[in-house]
Amino acid sequence: MPLNISPARIWRERTYRYRLVAKRCKKCGRIIYPPRPACPACGSRELEDIELPRTGVVETYTIIYTVMDGFRDKAPLPIAIVRLDNGAKVLAPLTDIDPEEIRTGMRVEAVLRRIKRDGEHGLIAYGVAFRPALYEQRKQ
Amino acid sequence: MTRVYVAGVGMTKIGRHFDKGFLDLAAEAAFKAIDDAGGVEPEAVVVTNMMSSRLNEQDSLGAYIAAGLGLRHRPAFKVEAACGSGGAGVFNAYTMVRSGLFDAVLVVGVEKMTDYPTSTVTAALAQAADAEYELYYGASFTGLNALMMRYYMEKYGVSRDEMSEWPVMMHSNAVSNPYAQFRRKITKEDVAKSQVVADPIRLLDSSPIGDGSAAVLLVSEELAKKLPNKPEVYIAGAWMAVDTVELSNRDALDEIPAARIAAEKAYKMAGLGPRDIDVIEIHDAFTINGVMLLEELGFAPRGEAAKLLNEGRFHPGDKPTANPSGGLKARGHPVGTTGVYQVAEITMQLRGDFPGLRVDGAEAGLTTSMGGDGSSLTVHVLRHI
Amino acid sequence: MEEIARIWGWEPSVPRGLGVVEKAIAGPDEDSLTMGYEAALNAIRRAGVDPSEIKAVFFGSESKPYAVKPAATIIADALGISPETMASDLEFACRAGSEGLRAALALVEAGYMRYALAIGSDTAQANPGNVLEFTAASGAAAFVVGPAEESVAVLEGVYTYVTDTPDFWRGAHSKYPLHGEGFTGEPAYFAHIIGAVKGLMESLGLRAEDFDYAVFHQPNGKFPLRVGSRLGIPREKILPGLVTPVIGNTYNGSALIGFARVLDQAKPGQRILVAPFGSGAGSDAYSFVVTDRIEERRDLAPSVDTYIERKKYVDYGLYARMRGIIERIPE
Repeated sequence: MPLNISPARIWRERTYRYRLVAKRCKKCGRIIYPPRPACPACGSRELEDIELPRTGVVETYTIIYTVMDGFRDKAPLPIAIVRLDNGAKVLAPLTDIDPEEIRTGMRVEAVLRRIKRDGEHGLIAYGVAFRPALYEQRKQ
Repeated sequence: MTRVYVAGVGMTKIGRHFDKGFLDLAAEAAFKAIDDAGGVEPEAVVVTNMMSSRLNEQDSLGAYIAAGLGLRHRPAFKVEAACGSGGAGVFNAYTMVRSGLFDAVLVVGVEKMTDYPTSTVTAALAQAADAEYELYYGASFTGLNALMMRYYMEKYGVSRDEMSEWPVMMHSNAVSNPYAQFRRKITKEDVAKSQVVADPIRLLDSSPIGDGSAAVLLVSEELAKKLPNKPEVYIAGAWMAVDTVELSNRDALDEIPAARIAAEKAYKMAGLGPRDIDVIEIHDAFTINGVMLLEELGFAPRGEAAKLLNEGRFHPGDKPTANPSGGLKARGHPVGTTGVYQVAEITMQLRGDFPGLRVDGAEAGLTTSMGGDGSSLTVHVLRHI
Repeated sequence: MEEIARIWGWEPSVPRGLGVVEKAIAGPDEDSLTMGYEAALNAIRRAGVDPSEIKAVFFGSESKPYAVKPAATIIADALGISPETMASDLEFACRAGSEGLRAALALVEAGYMRYALAIGSDTAQANPGNVLEFTAASGAAAFVVGPAEESVAVLEGVYTYVTDTPDFWRGAHSKYPLHGEGFTGEPAYFAHIIGAVKGLMESLGLRAEDFDYAVFHQPNGKFPLRVGSRLGIPREKILPGLVTPVIGNTYNGSALIGFARVLDQAKPGQRILVAPFGSGAGSDAYSFVVTDRIEERRDLAPSVDTYIERKKYVDYGLYARMRGIIERIPE
C-alpha cells in the first residue's frame, strides 16, 4: 500500500522537529529554522547546530477552517509564528487552547504532539506544537 | 541584444470547465495567441503550470503540451514557481528571445484545478510552502497568507473594513471582462460576512479555484519587422527574485523583498519609475497580497496602501489603475497560468483592445506574478512603441 | 459522568456508585507517547540530570501508538537520551509502568547505570456504552530513578505478586477490552494488592501504621478505600493519592499519578506505600521514604493539581470525535 508518510523523511527531520534544533550562522549570527545548508541572509556555509529555547510569544496566528486532507480531526486548526526567547521564529500549531482565547503576544511553550497519521496502517507524524505557557506560571 | 515584442496573446475564460482537459484549455489559448500574431510558428515552447504532477499526474509537461499543440521537435519545458509560474515562464521566454538565440517563443500557461475536491486541491496548493516545516503541520496556503494578513493589520492598524476595499474593487472591475470567473459586484458587507477560510482571511478575500489557460507569443525585433500586424507592445524591463519559501526564515512578515528587488531591476531596465506606470496587473491571490504588493512596487508607502485604496487611489481613472481585469480575485487564478494572463492583459491594455475595463491611452504597464507567500516574484514592465 | 449516562441511558446511580465525578481525556493531538514525553520532561526537570546520562527508558502502556514500533525510542530520541540506552515498551495492563519502575530501580541499584526513566501512560479506551466508559481516561506519570543521595524519595523495598488471573483482557486485534465484571474484584484487584502489600510488610517488618500515605491502583473511587480498609489503612492516608474521582482511571497512570500527587505534598521522612495493580494479573507494593531533597525539587515542574485544575469540558459529541470513536472514511 502506498505510504504518504515516508519513514526516511520522519527519521531525517526528527531531531530538528522534536528538539527544535536549528542552525546558527557563525558569520552573521542569524538563526536558521528550519535548518538550511547555507545562511539565507549572508550565504555563508559556516553553520553550527543550536537547540532553541522552548518558550516564546505568539508573533501572529491564524485559525484554519478549510483544512487539507488528513486534518479534519484538528479543525479548526490554529497555526502561529512563535518568536522564541532568543529571537528565532518558528511556525507551528497552537494547542490546548480555544481559538477565541488566542492573542498576539501571549506566552507559549513547546510540547511534543501528534500531527497526523498516515491512515490506519501508516506511520504517525509527531512534531512540535505550542500551548499557553504552563511551566512558567508554576515558577512564579 | 534584441528588443522583445509581445506579438500575440490568447486567453480562455476562467471557470470550472469540467468538460475541458489540459490540452483543450492549452490549445484554445495557444492557437489564439499564434493567430493573433499572424500565424507565427514558435521555435520553442515554455509551459507554465504549478500542480500537474500532483493533480493531473502529468510530468513531461513541456513535451506533452508542445507536441499536443503540433509543436514537436523543438525545445519545450515547464517552468514552475508555484503560483508565480506564469511570470517566471514569461521571464524565461523573454531571456530566450533577448539573447538572440530564438526569434519566436510561445509561452502557454495552463492549470486544471477543478477535477478534485477542495481538500485535495488545498493540500496541493500547500506545496508552495515548505513541505517539512509548514505543510507538515497542516498550514494551508491560505493559512500562511492569513499569518501575514493578521500581522499587517495589527502592525499598521488597518481594519477589516479598510482591507475589504480591494476585493470590492476587483469584482467591480471584472464585471465587463468576458474572461473573468466572477462578473458580479460585491459589497464590503458581503466580504465581512463571507465564510472564514483561515482567520482573518475570508472567502471573499481569496482567489477562486478555477481552470484556465493563457498564452503569449514573444518575438525578436527582426521577426517583428516582418509580421503583417506589427507588434505594438514590447517588454521594456523584466526581472525575477526569490526569497526563502518558509516564513520563519524571512526577514520580516510584513515585507516582500523579492518583489521590491525584481521591481527595481525591471524599472531600471525600462528606464521608468512607479510614477510612469498607467496600468498594473498584480498578484492578489489574497487581499493581503494585493495590498502589500502596491507598497513593495513603490505605489504606496508601507502600511498605507489600504488607506489609499479607500480614498479612491488605484481605482479606474487613477494612475496607475490596478487590476482592471478584476485581478486574481475576480478574473480568477488558475495558479500556474496567472502570470501569463497578466502579460496578455497588459499587452491588450497598451494596444487598446482589452475587451473588459479599459485604461485609455495607457503607454506603460506593469505585471507582478508571485509564487508562494513571497518566495518567487517576477515583474514585467511593458511599453507601447 | 452525567453526560455519558445521558447518552447511553444509564441509570444515574451507576456512575455515582463508581465514586467518579468526571474524567480526563487526551486532546486530538495527544496520545500515550506525547503524554509520556511530557511527564518524562517534568521528571527530568526535577531530577536536574542531563538526559544523555539516562541509560534506560521503559514505557508502560496498554494504548501504545503502534503495536510494533516502540514509543520508548521516540521518547528517548526526543528527550536527547539515546542512543546509548536500554529501551522498550512494556505490557501488563495497568501495571506495565510499574514493572518499568521496578526494573529501573533494580538496574540502578545493581550499578548498571546511574539514571533510568520509567513512564506509565495511557489513553484508555472502552467500548462505547460499556460501564468502563465512565472511567477509561488519559494520563501519564514518569520517574527518573537514580542514586539515593540525589533522590527525593528512597526505595526501602518492593514486592511483586503475580498470577495467571484473566479478569480483564484485550485481543490482539480488538479495539476495546472485555472484562469479567465481578471477577475483576476479589480474585483480581483485592487478592493481588493484598498479596503484594502483605508480602512487602512482612519482608520489611512494617505495619500499616508505619505508612503516612498509601496509594493504590484506582480503577474507580471506591476500591482503593476498600482495600486500604482491609489492610488497616485509614482513608485520610489514601485520599491525597486518590485522583480517579476527578480524572478517571488513567490505567498505567493511575497509581503512579497518585504517587506523584503525594510527592507534591509529602514531607521529608514520611513513608509512602505505592501499590499499582494490573489485570492478568499482578500487583507491586513499594515502600518509599521521602528525603530532604523533596522541598527544593518540588517546584521545578508543574504539580499534579496544576494539570487537574487546568481543564475544559467537552460534550459527548466532541468527546467521540476526539477519541476517534466515530466511524468515518479518513479524508
